[in-house]
Amino acid sequence: MNAWSNIKTIAKRELGAYFSSPLAYVFIVIFLLLSGFFTFMVGGFFEIGQASLAHPFFDWHPWFYLFLVPAVGMRLWAEERRVGTIELLLTMPITPWQAIVGKFLASWLFLALALALTFPIVITVNYLGSPDNGVILAAYLGSWLMAGAYLAVSCITSAMTRTQVVSFIVSVVFCLFLILAGFPPVVRLLSGWAQPWLVDTVTSFSVITHFDGFQKGVLDSRDVIFFLSIIVFSLFTTGVILRGHRAG
Amino acid sequence: MIKVQDLVKVFGAKRAVDGVSFSVERGEVLGFLGPNGAGKSTTMRMITGFIPPTAGTVTVGGFDTVENPIPARRLIGYLPENAPAYTDMTVAGFLNFAAEIRGLRGDAKRKAIHRVVEMCFLEPVMHQSVETLSKGYRHRTCFAQSILHDPEVLVLDEPTDGLDPNQKHEVRGLIRRMGASKAIIFSTHILEEVDTVCSRAIIIDRGRIVANGTPEELRRKSESAGAVTLRVSGVNGAALSQRLAQLSTVKRSAILEEDSAGVTARVFPKPAVNAVLARSVAEAVQGWRIEELHTEEGRLDEVFRSITMPETAKMGGEGDRKNPR
Repeated sequence: MNAWSNIKTIAKRELGAYFSSPLAYVFIVIFLLLSGFFTFMVGGFFEIGQASLAHPFFDWHPWFYLFLVPAVGMRLWAEERRVGTIELLLTMPITPWQAIVGKFLASWLFLALALALTFPIVITVNYLGSPDNGVILAAYLGSWLMAGAYLAVSCITSAMTRTQVVSFIVSVVFCLFLILAGFPPVVRLLSGWAQPWLVDTVTSFSVITHFDGFQKGVLDSRDVIFFLSIIVFSLFTTGVILRGHRAG
Repeated sequence: MIKVQDLVKVFGAKRAVDGVSFSVERGEVLGFLGPNGAGKSTTMRMITGFIPPTAGTVTVGGFDTVENPIPARRLIGYLPENAPAYTDMTVAGFLNFAAEIRGLRGDAKRKAIHRVVEMCFLEPVMHQSVETLSKGYRHRTCFAQSILHDPEVLVLDEPTDGLDPNQKHEVRGLIRRMGASKAIIFSTHILEEVDTVCSRAIIIDRGRIVANGTPEELRRKSESAGAVTLRVSGVNGAALSQRLAQLSTVKRSAILEEDSAGVTARVFPKPAVNAVLARSVAEAVQGWRIEELHTEEGRLDEVFRSITMPETAKMGGEGDRKNPR
């Protein structure tokens, strides 16, 4: 309980930090504009003529997140290290993992809020037809888990540097790998010369492969575990990196 | 309260802290002196548990800061170097966060914040964001954070750095008052703070403790400690030197200043004759007009210099006579 209240205190401060700067508002506006633009203009929401959000809306999420999530996560540790507040934070009577989890949860909740604000698209599709809302809910859940996985990767890169820009770029590269490993053109290229087991191994690391099930409304525990294990592994690595800095 | 035992910290090939041991009890204010890069901040960071030692142990209130960090940290208030604070928060928000993470809630939290705001004079800036504060206010905000939970142990890394003279005076007073009931360790470059605040001082150089004692004890190590400074009129320097050289108590003497009005000289005693030097000098110069004669207490900056940069200390030791204390 004590641990939990420490995590809550950290998360509360972190969330406050988002909203006390323009970052939160800029992020939400851009996220909503982009998802609207891609759904209606590029995704062809009306032209498809289906009461479904899978292709016009959710298909774009792995790509939006590629740039937007590292922008949310880049400051988490880089800023603490640059300003020196990390020295205050980590000498408070809390454990480092409480700080790591608290910061991660705050950002993840923030992403949940941004995602939830896309609700008008759900209303629109319900008004125009009768979609399977269970599928939509599952896809939202998958999208949020995927955002969490990207975010946790950004935590690692943020802990590695005191420069937010470096953190951003490195985490975009990491996340790009998570996408491309299952991006159909890459998979086709790979299966041209690689053994099937190798292709399977590579694609099993991809968020696209695992997000696919959610988009179809299938809640496969393996997909959930995939995203959660990326999160846990990344947060653990963040802890190792932070300890490494302090050990000198 | 604080026990440091054979502390070592190695960064790459550099031994930043190299076998430091000392302890600080309740009611003591320990001043931590040393040139830049001597290992002061590194030692303090190991005491607060921010960085783990390469070897050696630190215990605070009986808790090992590596084995049992959380209870140890509860006892510590820490002001890091450069007084960092979350720039995007207001002072009130920052103190509120610090109080909550220290486990203070409700009434206890309100009282604690109110107390430190009064002690550190933060009332006028409570709702200003830390980013917009002047350096002095920002410093005091971080200082307020460190005493919020009324800790038994205070670790302050250059607590008066960047403050104006009035604020420096205020903070020194605060440290001295709190020193009555707490164990305090603070680092500084300002030697006069050692006299006004510390009950004991440690000088650290290249990772090692090179002196440890009360300010008086340290001052006695100075070359000029026990020396007699005198000003006589109506005589020239050569005559005075000659007269002084005949004394059995005098090791050597130096003319500091000579003009038409008189001569100022400093006389250094032979070992173990400190007490009688002034009298024998006074007797020796009888017949001339003595305008001033006093025994030097020794100077901390001299000690500091001679310990931390031995080769240049000799020049400084007798050359400058301004501000004799």
